[in-house]
Amino acid sequence: MLVYFIRRMMQAVLVLFIMSILVFVGVFSIGNPVDILINPQADQEEIARAIRVLGLDKPLWEQYWLFLVNAARGDLGRSFVFNIPAIELILQRMPATMELAICATFMGVLMGIPLGMWAGLKPDSVSGKSIMAGSILGFSLPTFWVGLMLIMIFAVYLGWLPSTGRGQTRNFLGIELSILTWDGIKHMMMPAFNLALFKLSLVIRLARAGTREAILQDYVKFARAKGLRSGRIIGVHVFKNIMIPIVTVLGLELGSTIAFAVVTETVFAWPGMGKLIIDSINLLDRPVIVAYLMIIVFMFIVINLVVDLMYSVLDPRVRIAEARG
Amino acid sequence: MLKKFAATVVGLAAGLSLSGIVAAAEISIALGAEVTSLDPHFHNLSPNNNVAEHVFDKLVLQDEMQRLKPGLAVSWRAIDERTWEVKLRQGVKFHDGSAFTADDVAATFERVPWVPNSPSAFTTYTKPIGHPIVLDPYTIQFKTEAPYPMLPVDIANVYIVSRKQAKAPTEEFNSGKAMNGTGPFKFASWTRGDRITLVRNEAYWGDKPTWDKVTFRQITNDPTRVAALLAGDVNAIEIVPTADMARLKASKDISIFRVVSNRIIFFHMDTDRDKTPAIFDKQGRPLEKNPLKDLRVCKAISKAMNRSAIVDRVMEGEAIAAGQLLPDGFYGTSPNLKPEGYDVEGARKLLSEAGYGTGFAMIIHCPNNRYVNDEKICQAAAQMLGRVGIDAKVEAMPSNVFFSRANKLEFSFMLVGWGSGTGEVSSPLRALLATFDRDRGMGASNRGRYSNRKVDALLDQALAMVDDGKREKLLQQASEVAINDLGIIPLHYQVNSWATRKGYTYVPRTDESTFAFEFKPGS
Amino acid sequence: MTATTPEIVAESAVAAKPQTPFRRFVSDFFESRVATAGLVVFALVLFVALFAPLISPQNPYDLTKLDILDGRLTPGAKSMDGMTFLLGTDDQGRDMLSAIFYGLRTSLGVGVTASFCAMMIGMAMGLTAAYFGGMVDTFIMRIVDMQLSFPSILIALILLAVLGQGVDKIVIALIAVQWAYYARTTRGTALVERRKEYIEAAQCLALSNKRVVFRHLLPNCLPPIIVVNTVLIANAIALEATLSFLGLGLPITEPSLGLLIANGFTYLLSGKYWISFFPGVALLVTIVSINLVGDQLRDVLNPRLQK
Repeated sequence: MLVYFIRRMMQAVLVLFIMSILVFVGVFSIGNPVDILINPQADQEEIARAIRVLGLDKPLWEQYWLFLVNAARGDLGRSFVFNIPAIELILQRMPATMELAICATFMGVLMGIPLGMWAGLKPDSVSGKSIMAGSILGFSLPTFWVGLMLIMIFAVYLGWLPSTGRGQTRNFLGIELSILTWDGIKHMMMPAFNLALFKLSLVIRLARAGTREAILQDYVKFARAKGLRSGRIIGVHVFKNIMIPIVTVLGLELGSTIAFAVVTETVFAWPGMGKLIIDSINLLDRPVIVAYLMIIVFMFIVINLVVDLMYSVLDPRVRIAEARG
Repeated sequence: MLKKFAATVVGLAAGLSLSGIVAAAEISIALGAEVTSLDPHFHNLSPNNNVAEHVFDKLVLQDEMQRLKPGLAVSWRAIDERTWEVKLRQGVKFHDGSAFTADDVAATFERVPWVPNSPSAFTTYTKPIGHPIVLDPYTIQFKTEAPYPMLPVDIANVYIVSRKQAKAPTEEFNSGKAMNGTGPFKFASWTRGDRITLVRNEAYWGDKPTWDKVTFRQITNDPTRVAALLAGDVNAIEIVPTADMARLKASKDISIFRVVSNRIIFFHMDTDRDKTPAIFDKQGRPLEKNPLKDLRVCKAISKAMNRSAIVDRVMEGEAIAAGQLLPDGFYGTSPNLKPEGYDVEGARKLLSEAGYGTGFAMIIHCPNNRYVNDEKICQAAAQMLGRVGIDAKVEAMPSNVFFSRANKLEFSFMLVGWGSGTGEVSSPLRALLATFDRDRGMGASNRGRYSNRKVDALLDQALAMVDDGKREKLLQQASEVAINDLGIIPLHYQVNSWATRKGYTYVPRTDESTFAFEFKPGS
Repeated sequence: MTATTPEIVAESAVAAKPQTPFRRFVSDFFESRVATAGLVVFALVLFVALFAPLISPQNPYDLTKLDILDGRLTPGAKSMDGMTFLLGTDDQGRDMLSAIFYGLRTSLGVGVTASFCAMMIGMAMGLTAAYFGGMVDTFIMRIVDMQLSFPSILIALILLAVLGQGVDKIVIALIAVQWAYYARTTRGTALVERRKEYIEAAQCLALSNKRVVFRHLLPNCLPPIIVVNTVLIANAIALEATLSFLGLGLPITEPSLGLLIANGFTYLLSGKYWISFFPGVALLVTIVSINLVGDQLRDVLNPRLQK
């Protein structure tokens, strides 16, 4: 177990290392940030000064070396645009995104599993078919379009929910959370649902497929034969079986939910880090891009680790030692 | 689905009247771009300056037409060709209660070049005029190396901070600790990427602002910003998307305020190189000669542009056809320059005279997130070029890629814009049409590398002419030469627009700024 | 084990003529009326996409054929030279019907090409990893992990920012985004399947690796891959639309459905719904039909659900 853990950590460092090179070369090849940041009226001296100040006058390998040296000390550089440490900038924005992503995931799971199991148990009923039709719609509509529709219906037409922004937040253990205030929750509903829609459809499909398969399995038949209540069969045996793919997929999806929040955040003017990364790409704010990717990668590796561990708990047939050789 | 949609649209109007106006002494305004720093000297960027304008004052202010008016300076005059004397306002207090004196101006001019890590510093304005010489607490002088008529315009761009903040790093401004100005509002809070709140400065030296509290929301997405206004979440928005203009105008709950801007949208073309990268014959082979070096070809392109169609259709009326570098009435514009008329026959004739009767093929390079409807303008232009026999393809890209490539001269024909921060023609002349000279900072954005000795000579003369009347004449002449020589092909001037809920008025500004103190209740 | 592998089914089917496996598959598929309808609609969509240049009233790619004076006309309006725009026009005076036909072509082309390439690469990788295990598995899965640690939209963003715009570039970006999903799904399923008795049985019979993988392991791994495939084709189309929304997708001169929606997005609030509404419907119909077909395929192909 410990060996497995250490090995994964070492791989994580390797991944981070390769990633950072990719990003460095990638962003370098996009363009020169000074071209965008500088006042177009500036003269050559001023341009040269800005390039020097941002450390862009050095050759790429040297810039990268400096980055590595600083990164080893936990410093991922300062934002060209904001002039504050990139990590600080991202961490300031992170709670908003995490809150949104986690709420969206919960929304997806809490609504998706019952709906999906229902559709799986009654695949030929009208309700079951409607649920599946709904999930197909959920996949098919582009997020930004749904977001705008939501704003048009719930904010502009019905006037029930505020259109954009994060609303009032309350400090909880040093983190600003909007879920603790009614105003915050109202602001949260549409963006979270917007982001959840895709997960919801995914969970419904997975839960339905899993349920349909599970009820034909021997252990369910045995349980039935043993005279267990169908509530218990579905609640425990079927449920446990369908959780394997759901946990795997949602685990994998959490990272992408956080990244995909960029679209929802743009539509709903949600002050999260997804919006930050788009702006940073547009302004070629390399330290922020690199730091953002590092943080996302790190989060993802942790998530994967947790998913793998849970996977082995949920499905004893896949044993870590075996699976990892 | 269609019916439901129609119901939604109809319902929009009904929903509007439900949401009322918030308490009269507060206003919330949605900005269309993100504020990156509160430090007034860190990054010369419109949204940052927009916020700084509320908390800090400048020696000289600009009115809504960018004409200069007294700020912390009550008067300024040139004593001789190289000396300017500025009298400061007395009795002005900083937000912390300390008095404003000449020493604070000196501190500001020390801080501007000092600000660490600035990606675009305000030294552009301070460097040519040097450090102020403090004669007494309310009089300063500037000694310039050469005659420098632009001094009042330059000091109209520098925000004055207190001596106490002379060495305050950017972080202290961002946290609000150093946000100590003399402006009409005091800083209250900033949530990065979301909102900035300000409260009234009761001790302001000028007109008392109407609002107790101002909230600037940052909503960069266009439809979202409009939705926030329609839903009543904000009282006013800037940068009204042209697509929504007609509907907002028709709504009885919304007021619109608009004015022509100082931003011109134009084509810059490679008139310098013999072989140019993005022009081909109709089979896609590179051409021997660069057709854009022929004035007749450029003239033909200009004649092929149906500017009124672009204004009406692409810009939905939110633009004015352009014939020079700034709209009529701005300092240095020439009354003799008019927009080129739409003339397909004339264009074809000029092309065949130039030996391109069968036309050629060309790529129009274009940013897709920089100017209002940038990419759509390019497409419309390509349609129009097609009518005179030039096969134009549009290649649009985000501005980060666009400007890097444009600066490397990878384009032959591109759509660009220029906003004149100073409100006078010298700004676009210097940046776009002066011969490219790295060291002198001339032609810094001259990406077509247009070069005309006559323009350079007139401009040099103008830039050293302290007499305003004579200077304007020289600038007019320079514009006339450069525009008639088609150093650029002007298309249109953008129109700046603001929309508010009914019950507010705004004094629209040519410089695109959104100032809370210019919003007033009542209609 | 209740599983009857296609192998066994096939062998028994040979005995019970005339029901060949293919016929059985076909009859199973058409059991569902919804799926049949889906297939018909998809065939129609495919037809439109393939023959767009022949059936479109206008060539929306040719800027010289457009006139901005025809811009933003309502559905049913007539152009200045007498052509009727059944679904209205966009801001450039482009006939929406033609634009949708061409858009379908681009969207489907991009989605299917990208997903197919990604599937091939991903499946090959996933099966190899699962079957051989050990170093091979570790190596492949490290690449997959690395790939997946980049959220898809970011890889696409960065790739497109470096590569520039264009159909080929977005296909590359989508493949780069998607192959790892296939690899991981394939490996995950194959790992579970590999431990099952029928593989052991097949190995005991000393069948060649190739035969075990392709005749036994692969067919049993297919159902989840098909589910993922339907999801990912839809995903590819949506991702392309999203990238356009963020300003990095296809050039507007070669519109896909996603781009048409993104383009009309600006006009939605001002009541000019047709610019993004009709492409939205076309997108919906396409994806729903793909998904219906995919769903039914999964049910039919899943050996465990076979009666």
